Amino acid sequence: MRDVAIIGVGMIKWGELWNKSLRQMFVEAALNAIDDAGTDHIDSMYVGCMTSGVFVGQEHLGSVLSDYLGAKNIPAVRVESACASGGVAVRTAYMDVASGMHDIVLAGGVEKMTDVSGSEATYALATAADREYEAYNGVTFPGLYALIARRHMHEFGTTREQLAHVAVKNHRHGAKNPNAQYPFEISVERVLESVLVADPLRILDCSPITDGAAAVILCPADVASKLSKKPPVKIVGTGHATDTIALHSRKDITWLDAVNKSAQQAYKQAGVKLEDIDVAEVHDCFTIAEICVLEALGLAEKGKGGTAAESGMTALGGKIPVNTSGGLKSKGHPVGATGVAQVCEIVEQLRGDSGERQVKGATAGLTQNMGGSGGSSVVHILKKA
Amino acid sequence: MSTARYWREIPQRYRLESGKCKKCGKSFIPPRMVCDACGSREFDQVRASDEGTLVSYTVIRVAPGEFSDEAPYAVGIIQLKDGPRLTAQIADCDFDELEIGKKVRIEFRKIYEQGQAGVICYGYKGVLV
Repeated sequence: MRDVAIIGVGMIKWGELWNKSLRQMFVEAALNAIDDAGTDHIDSMYVGCMTSGVFVGQEHLGSVLSDYLGAKNIPAVRVESACASGGVAVRTAYMDVASGMHDIVLAGGVEKMTDVSGSEATYALATAADREYEAYNGVTFPGLYALIARRHMHEFGTTREQLAHVAVKNHRHGAKNPNAQYPFEISVERVLESVLVADPLRILDCSPITDGAAAVILCPADVASKLSKKPPVKIVGTGHATDTIALHSRKDITWLDAVNKSAQQAYKQAGVKLEDIDVAEVHDCFTIAEICVLEALGLAEKGKGGTAAESGMTALGGKIPVNTSGGLKSKGHPVGATGVAQVCEIVEQLRGDSGERQVKGATAGLTQNMGGSGGSSVVHILKKA
Repeated sequence: MSTARYWREIPQRYRLESGKCKKCGKSFIPPRMVCDACGSREFDQVRASDEGTLVSYTVIRVAPGEFSDEAPYAVGIIQLKDGPRLTAQIADCDFDELEIGKKVRIEFRKIYEQGQAGVICYGYKGVLV
């Protein structure tokens, strides 16, 4: 296996992008990454996208997007693992480069979510749950995470305010991110007064519906500094795991086993200790998700994740800043693009390019991207080369 | 939904038919072909108990299309007495009565109605006892 580096990252401003199509968003982000890397070609491409078939009636994205990117004839394929599709695209590109099959590989992610009504979007997202045994009975994604939250509060004494602190912290970070969909601050009171979606979760506990895309360029680490003027960042560990599709099939619904297993693989490969990680981007699709993810990653003790945001540990300036980009909550959550954008944020942090939200002296970072109610998870560990 | 897609789930949705692993005894709704605990491929077809307890619950306020007339409604994860867990609506309750650990009985109920003369969808719901 060859060592792999990231030499280019590309984002666009996320939001309700009425005037941009799926292919336009993707190509913009991909060109930003290609220009950032300074490469004149790519050898292959992986596209993370959850459900363009349901959202815009378009499948066969490998061909659509390589065609519009002007990279006709390269091998290009879409990969899917619900909201973890972007993370899986990066991991697949990593394997492609590490194996020696291709040298310059683009991993991108895209989702066009606002061309359908709210109820159609809810249906599209519910395809990531157990269609016949969860969604059939009327449970929604906020509902599934509400079931986790209620149980977490019951078992560990996690408070409603602690959930709110996750959203407040991520909005404080996102307010410093020009690409965020909702770049403004909110207060604990505002979260607690916002409309109930699925008790105990309120609308300001939930990530939004977003249009967006992101892309990164990977290459063998030994040629990275020759190909690019930007400081290369190495992918030193990667992990991917699955869990039961239905939340109710798990013995402990507050424990995200796929997150834990994918993290263990990545830690082992990277040979890093948790103390070495300076910054992390994790999957806060709902406030309770960030709390459970911190526990499964080992960044908080089991049952104690609720205190992390409240204590300031995970805020900029804290022991381990989490979701400096604003996270899914403030930056937005175009499901297929999320896992790729997490990698863009960590690469910029390790290059020292994060401006107002820079974690000083960051040398190692982690990304964690999750599908469904924890049915899949991908973790990457990145290090300054 | 095609009638075949609906019809093939009837045994477990109408009658709580579960698959019980012949080797280790773990039960599954819906029945499976491989036991995720021991790997065995042999199962007995058993009617699951309709008695259970509430593992967690929520009240859905923003519902998908087919349930939008029903909202708000309660949904819970129910631990059945003999093993399997289900996600189901908790019917006929004051939301204030919901509590983790409360006893629940499973009943046969209408789940939703598909518009334009589609299938009327039945299945299980829990009620507090």
